[in-house]
Amino acid sequence: MSLDFTPFIPSLPYILEGIFVTLKIVLLAGVLGFALGIILSLFKISSIKILLWIADIYTSIFRGTPLVLQLMLIYYGSPQVFGYQIQPYTAAILSFALNSGAYVSEIIRAGILAVDKGQREAAQALGVPYGKMMWDIILPQALKNILPALMNEFITLTKESAIVTTIGVMDIMRRSYQVGAENYSFFEPLLIAGLIYYLMVITLTFLGKALERRMRRSD
Amino acid sequence: MIKVEDLHKSFGKLEVLKGITTSIQEGEVVAIIGPSGSGKSTFLRCLNLLEIPTSGRVWIGEEDVTDKKTNIMKVRQNVGMVFQHFYLFPHKTVLQNLTYAPMKVKGLSKDEAEKIAYALLEKVGLSEKANEYPTRLSGGQKQRVAIARALAMQPNVMLFDEPTSALDPEMVKEVLEVMKSLAHTGMTMAIVTHEMGFAREVADRVLFLDDGVLVEDAPPIEFFSNPKSKRAKDFLEKML
Ligand SMILES: Nc1ncnc2c1ncn2[C@@H]1O[C@H](COP(=O)(O)OP(=O)(O)O)[C@@H](O)[C@H]1O
Ligand SMILES: [Mg+2]
Repeated sequence: MSLDFTPFIPSLPYILEGIFVTLKIVLLAGVLGFALGIILSLFKISSIKILLWIADIYTSIFRGTPLVLQLMLIYYGSPQVFGYQIQPYTAAILSFALNSGAYVSEIIRAGILAVDKGQREAAQALGVPYGKMMWDIILPQALKNILPALMNEFITLTKESAIVTTIGVMDIMRRSYQVGAENYSFFEPLLIAGLIYYLMVITLTFLGKALERRMRRSD
Repeated sequence: MIKVEDLHKSFGKLEVLKGITTSIQEGEVVAIIGPSGSGKSTFLRCLNLLEIPTSGRVWIGEEDVTDKKTNIMKVRQNVGMVFQHFYLFPHKTVLQNLTYAPMKVKGLSKDEAEKIAYALLEKVGLSEKANEYPTRLSGGQKQRVAIARALAMQPNVMLFDEPTSALDPEMVKEVLEVMKSLAHTGMTMAIVTHEMGFAREVADRVLFLDDGVLVEDAPPIEFFSNPKSKRAKDFLEKML
């Protein structure tokens, strides 16, 4: 096996710029997906049947079809659905947010159900209305318990974001591929991409652990 | 203060309360005793509508809380409840446990709420724990905080559901002491308990519940020395 990285050194900054593209997509999609996940999880534990159904059907569809398909449907379908072609970047954020919302809602739902039922009763007995009880008492405790699972979902999102390359987003993946094409050699730039993804995941894992420690202060 | 009229509660086919009628005067301390599963908790929980009665009526003060038009949240603000397992909010400090509902529910300012909270913490002997998280407290301390948390809403009535049953024996006394001094302030209290000595000493009346029926309702001297029903006799023999 022969490896020669020297021809790729000039292209390194170009590939590294992809980190910001990837991070921007993942962060925005992560935040939107998390918000959507909270809403869907509240639907799922609601006593209103129709909300429950909506959330369950939503989750079932987004978990039951490939993410790359969802991405392409949103990107290529936008002219027919929205009446204009959305940016690849927008399609990427949208599809990742919608998809991760489905997964995150399941995680949060489980987290809410794992909070001692007595917490709810204690809040009710104090006259705390449902919304405040959920927001101030139940969700914070649920989130603390599911932080590792959420972090996992976020890491998955980071790795899977490489598929946005299929609709032409200039992320780490696409940039390394381009550089490979220019040099008629894909192996080295793809290895570089792999290393970048790996370092990102390691960093996220580390940040997640630190956050978890901070949240466990009250134990 | 509290009036209960022909209160029934069923869970599915299981009828847990079979028509309970009683009342509790303002400032009265009532001990509710009876075998496990007799419906004591359910009875208490019907008073602040943690359980919705199947039929019958409950008045708290002037308000018919079983009336559909009654604002349950408002009622609960006036009825404090203390649970066997404390249920302190683990992600909030002791002080925040006490100030949360007064601020978020009654709309008190932080200053007002903290003033009340510190005064209550002093009363239950836990001033120095204000900034601790509940996990750092012993069972007895947790239960005293839970009592203070309920009192922070400045309720007219306090309900206790076996407040000392989850405690190690050496911590029972400190909680009973707090309850005793609360009783002396003239608070209206309904206490489900297995502490017969406490019931005898502090209660104005004892309600004996068996199988969803209010079998006896008498002053403690009368109840403990001369129970009328066989079921109460049997129960007391087992307890003492
Ligand atoms: N939420 C509920 N669903 C079904 N059954 C219940 C529920 N709560 C209590 N019960 C039943 O009602 C009966 C009385 O319970 P409870 O009021 O807790 O009795 P006690 O407090 O006197 O021990 C028990 O048989 C219990 O299993
Ligand atoms: Mg009970």
